[in-house]
Amino acid sequence: MSKNTTHSEPLIRLSKNDSVPMWKGWLIRIAAVVAAFIVCAFIIVSVTDLNPIEVYAAMIKGSFGSVRKFWILLQNIAMLLCIALAVTPAYKMKFWNIGAEGQVLMGGIATAACMIWFGDKMNPVLLIILMAVVSCVAGAIWGLIPAVFKANFNTNETLFTLMMNYVAMQIASYCVCFWENPKGSNSVGIINAQTQGGWLPTIGGQKYLLNILIVLFLTIFMYIYLKYSKHGYEISVVGESENTARYIGINVKKVILRTMALSGAMCGIAGLLLVSGTNHTISSETTGGRGFTAIMVSWLAKFNPFVMILTSFLIVFLDRGASEIATRFRLDESMADILTGIILFFIIASEFFINYKINFRSKKKKGVNE
Amino acid sequence: MNRLVSFFTQAIIIGMPLLYGSVGEMIIEKSGNLNLGIPGIMYVGGISGIVGGYFFETYGDTSNTFLCILIPFLCSIVGSVLMSLIYSFLTVTLRANQNVTGLVLTTFGIGIGSFIGGSLSSILGTGTTVSLNIIGSCFKKTLPFADKLGLFGKAFFSYGFMTYLAIIIALVAGYVLRKTRVGLNLKAVGESPATADAAGISVIKYKYGATCIGGAIAGLGGLYYVMEFIGGTWSNAGFGDRGWLAIALVIFALWKPDLGIIGSILFGGLYIVYMFIGGLPRSSQEIFKMLPYLVTILVLIAISVRKKRENQPPASLGVSYFREER
Repeated sequence: MSKNTTHSEPLIRLSKNDSVPMWKGWLIRIAAVVAAFIVCAFIIVSVTDLNPIEVYAAMIKGSFGSVRKFWILLQNIAMLLCIALAVTPAYKMKFWNIGAEGQVLMGGIATAACMIWFGDKMNPVLLIILMAVVSCVAGAIWGLIPAVFKANFNTNETLFTLMMNYVAMQIASYCVCFWENPKGSNSVGIINAQTQGGWLPTIGGQKYLLNILIVLFLTIFMYIYLKYSKHGYEISVVGESENTARYIGINVKKVILRTMALSGAMCGIAGLLLVSGTNHTISSETTGGRGFTAIMVSWLAKFNPFVMILTSFLIVFLDRGASEIATRFRLDESMADILTGIILFFIIASEFFINYKINFRSKKKKGVNE
Repeated sequence: MNRLVSFFTQAIIIGMPLLYGSVGEMIIEKSGNLNLGIPGIMYVGGISGIVGGYFFETYGDTSNTFLCILIPFLCSIVGSVLMSLIYSFLTVTLRANQNVTGLVLTTFGIGIGSFIGGSLSSILGTGTTVSLNIIGSCFKKTLPFADKLGLFGKAFFSYGFMTYLAIIIALVAGYVLRKTRVGLNLKAVGESPATADAAGISVIKYKYGATCIGGAIAGLGGLYYVMEFIGGTWSNAGFGDRGWLAIALVIFALWKPDLGIIGSILFGGLYIVYMFIGGLPRSSQEIFKMLPYLVTILVLIAISVRKKRENQPPASLGVSYFREER
């Protein structure tokens, strides 16, 4: 291409870099987050003329300002983390399930149905067991439908699960029409507000504590499942290469179906926690975009359940903080989305510098052999 | 008859933003990039048009119809190309995961749209919601003889120029993809980037180009919505799930822009059919709103079961290309 006939090395050449020490990788990520916060500060100043340090202080206050806010922070982290844990096994298998939104919602609908139909008629302990089972099954079915087609016909799962989200949302709106209370309000209201039938029990006087403990348990479970169980091993082999998996005698179809059932069931549990343990109501907005955010949480943490605690904290912190500054400085609430977007862009970009090495053209003339 | 015609026109007006979005996404997907940021790009395309139009209507000479249209149009394109550049820089140059990048882009774009739309008036200190009546009416100008043709005129000529532009873009895109060297090269990049690279096609250039052009077209869908559909105002939740519907339409139209024209009108019809069937209770209306998605799922299943070669998604869809990887 160039005029001189001797082929020179390109100015910049990239190569894979598999052996970055862990500390270096984290240093790059932290640097990216810091850089992102600096960029965000510039944007805040240019849009609002506010002192960015003041704004960040307000953000911290929004998360840690009072005991109540702190509990809400923990609760939001737990919910996001729960869904992120749920999508992780599928992602490790390179099954791009972006249908968590719908799977959580189906779990929530199933829970709400149990609460409304049996709330006052059943033994509370039995009811909670029933709700747990039904929500798991509902979520699992919603996850299994795309998985069956993926396993048998190689149907594109990203697009399939995406569409399933909206089907689930319409089902939720459909149910709301039947369950609305009071009539004509187009919302379900607090289910069993007096009897508290089907509400998850509060322990230690904190209404979110049980949710948080359940999610903590799931985190540990998922870590062990992925790292030390035979299933977890099969998942990572299928994710690395389906051909290898087939060669060493793994039934790929079975692994896909089993993993998506698990993933969907855990989404169902998230639905249970959201409906029975948090909101005590249902609407098509119950998941509130967490199904999509959870994908980023899981991916940023490199599918490590314990690191996900950190990444979901980061995202929830941003979200809570940004809504605090939105009310404090009378800005639109979507400031949170912009800040989250910018910070995630930086983190996504930083992965490149961890995974690849940039080689500049060396001054010395060298042969092509390397 | 009158009812049928008004159903048809409504279906077209609802369908056209989807057509823009899906033709844009088709071009992007043909290069092997699965851009889930389309909803965000469409938001940004819409709000950029509004912002550009706002400044023009406040400070410019609004008697010139041509400029009234051109300025928001260009602003919209600039906005969505910037968004596309973010996406292509991250996924093509930095080889990031396309699903994650796309979802972040959607969050980011919707954030920008809602933030600017929600606080434009308070930032500028005018205190009222932005409403661009003059520019909105420029976009809505129909052909002069439309009124004289009765129902026929209403069914085919009662739209602003952007409706016809959408159809022209879809036809041109279809032609380019099928018949021209550029289009065939683009498809080669999407099917097998390594082969295309070996054949001397610049994979990076094609991916960047397709993502930016496709993004610009998709952004026009946002502009269509804010200008022609709601007449130059902005409402935060108004755009709704249309971005995702546009992605659904890509599958429904089997990655063929010309089929997208029919598909978009059909989707538009499915979107509003519950309003035209009299006496439906609200619960069944919700079921009707599910139809576009259900139909898409069925198409997706059907094409994967039949495995007809020309109806498949591009083979390398969703995978970043790195030359040194085998």
